[in-house]
Amino acid sequence: MTSVSVKDLRLSFGQVTVLDQLNLDIQEGEFLVLLGSSGCGKSTLLNCIAGLLDITDGQIFINGRNVTWDEPKDRGIGMVFQSYALYPQMTVEKNLSFGLKVAKMPKGEIDKRVARAAEILQIGPLLKRKPSELSGGQRQRVAIGRALVRDVDVFLFDEPLSNLDAKLRSELRVEIKRLHQSLKNTMIYVTHDQIEALTLADRIAIMKGGVIQQLADPNTIYNAPRNMFVAGFIGSPSMNFLKGEIALGAGGRPVFVTEGVSFSLDGYNAGEVLAPGRKVVLGVRPEHVKVDEPAGASGEVHKAVVDIEEPMGADNLLWLKHAGHTMAVRTAGSRRFSPGTTVRLSFDMTLASLFDAETEERI
Amino acid sequence: MSDRGHLKKTAHLAEVPASWEAGPRGARPRRLLSTRTIVVYGTLFVAAAYYLLPLYVMIVTSLKGMPEIRLGNIFAPPLEITFEPWVKAWSSACTGLNCDGLSRGFWNSVMITVPSTIISIAIASINGYALSNWRFKGADIFFTILIVGAFIPYQVMLYPIVIVLREIGLYGSLSGLVIVHTIFGMPILTLLFRNYFAGLPEELFKAARVDGAGFWGIYFKIMVPMSLPIFVVAMILQVTGIWNDFLFGVVFTRPEYYPMTVQLNNIVNSVQGVKEYNVNMAATILTGAVPLLVYFVSGRLFVRGIAAGAVKG
Repeated sequence: MTSVSVKDLRLSFGQVTVLDQLNLDIQEGEFLVLLGSSGCGKSTLLNCIAGLLDITDGQIFINGRNVTWDEPKDRGIGMVFQSYALYPQMTVEKNLSFGLKVAKMPKGEIDKRVARAAEILQIGPLLKRKPSELSGGQRQRVAIGRALVRDVDVFLFDEPLSNLDAKLRSELRVEIKRLHQSLKNTMIYVTHDQIEALTLADRIAIMKGGVIQQLADPNTIYNAPRNMFVAGFIGSPSMNFLKGEIALGAGGRPVFVTEGVSFSLDGYNAGEVLAPGRKVVLGVRPEHVKVDEPAGASGEVHKAVVDIEEPMGADNLLWLKHAGHTMAVRTAGSRRFSPGTTVRLSFDMTLASLFDAETEERI
Repeated sequence: MSDRGHLKKTAHLAEVPASWEAGPRGARPRRLLSTRTIVVYGTLFVAAAYYLLPLYVMIVTSLKGMPEIRLGNIFAPPLEITFEPWVKAWSSACTGLNCDGLSRGFWNSVMITVPSTIISIAIASINGYALSNWRFKGADIFFTILIVGAFIPYQVMLYPIVIVLREIGLYGSLSGLVIVHTIFGMPILTLLFRNYFAGLPEELFKAARVDGAGFWGIYFKIMVPMSLPIFVVAMILQVTGIWNDFLFGVVFTRPEYYPMTVQLNNIVNSVQGVKEYNVNMAATILTGAVPLLVYFVSGRLFVRGIAAGAVKG
């Protein structure tokens, strides 16, 4: 069943249109991540769903009910903000119960809900404290609790972990995932952090310029990006892009040629015919290149020179010079390479991506 | 690991030349009497004296009897301290028609200042809150008009307001003056509150909306409790401004409702009899005591609030 549905949404501020003809369906119990760099409209979209921004045109449905004109409180949503947005003058307990008191809920029910949220988030000992006496991680827990006590079907997260340090961020990330697994609520989560997106999401919607570029599960987004923007946005370091064109190789099979070097395309699952002479971009992820290992299916081997080595503990990142390109390649952290040495590369075309040079769309 | 670090350190010290060890170590010494400190403290002292001298003269003069004042040495401390001038200024100095001192003016001023301050702050804070958080249509135009109002000289508006008050039957009354003070405080107070509320995190406002609080709920339960400094600033501005007002007081009220400032003027400028400098000084200090007290009590919050309002916009 569809939980949240956005139909033909348009949002303009005066002459400026921020979102246009945006459609999005989110299934019940789904964890959807809106991913994009700042200014792409992801937070704006979330605010529209929450009802904090009045939309210009279109409709929003939550649980099959048209909530387009409803106040935020009547939409059945709970929201968690980046800056926690805890009421500074109230204790944690009052922060949690504020919305319920506004709704004139009986005291017994309020206490029950607050106690339950405190237990789930393990903030029981903090209930009597003020937000200023809490650490960043604790504050964000309380903020999640405030959404939790509302007992809603849809949770909205607006970059909830961006203000935390790296260690806390990964801890809370796991907790949010655990929360989702136990509550099974619909969650819409805005972030610019691709790790958060890949780890948490059932589906990711990558946005750019107010338009959803691709809406798919993390695996598809990672392995079969629909265009060069998505391909370049996901993955760190970014996918290597080699500009070249299609030519005919041995046996009349299409090959990719760049700077006089040809790459066999055997194993690449193209959606259309690869006509010779077509200008294309070959995208290869750093982790999909083998260094000094037995060649893959095509048996093709390329030579490259190590330029810079970046040991990262678990991985060892190499920057190689190959056919006029600089290429990033990820190898195991235990392997060491000194700059200047020549290595042999082999590419796995089943995991590569091919884009049209003009439209930047996947072929 | 720590052992190795220790070894390394001692080895390093051994190589250091003897002259380094004898050289500077620890906090840098500061000279007590440098040109810089003399200039800084000298300037501050002169400025302070410049401001405090008139106050000193007023206090000593108010404590002297008239014969002593006639000796002419205004800086000399009183030979014989008397509080007679203070009592007279408060309860029996003559102001035109009646001779019951400043006390009448004091209570008039209280009755003008307290309601004017409360009403103007209440309205202006709601204005500022609506303007910064509820971006209604035409909010910018409304705000611009309000600010332009702040730049029109008071004198231009005196006569029209007299007519308006007369038409609604409030001319010469205390409530008429309260209304005038409330209106004239509105532009600057609204600006003050708007800027302060705009500086509060927007997400708090959003969170309260998701929690279901409405216009008044958010104002009273979220915004007001977070805004004590700016309320104190507004209170100080209004109390001192209205207490010190002379022009409106003299124009819009009848003699029996004259505020303290107008009565002070009448005492000091009275042309009958001898000039009682000691009574005049005492009356002046009494009139200035209220704003002075307000500053002393809430000065720290005042500075904090002014800074907050100034930076965030």
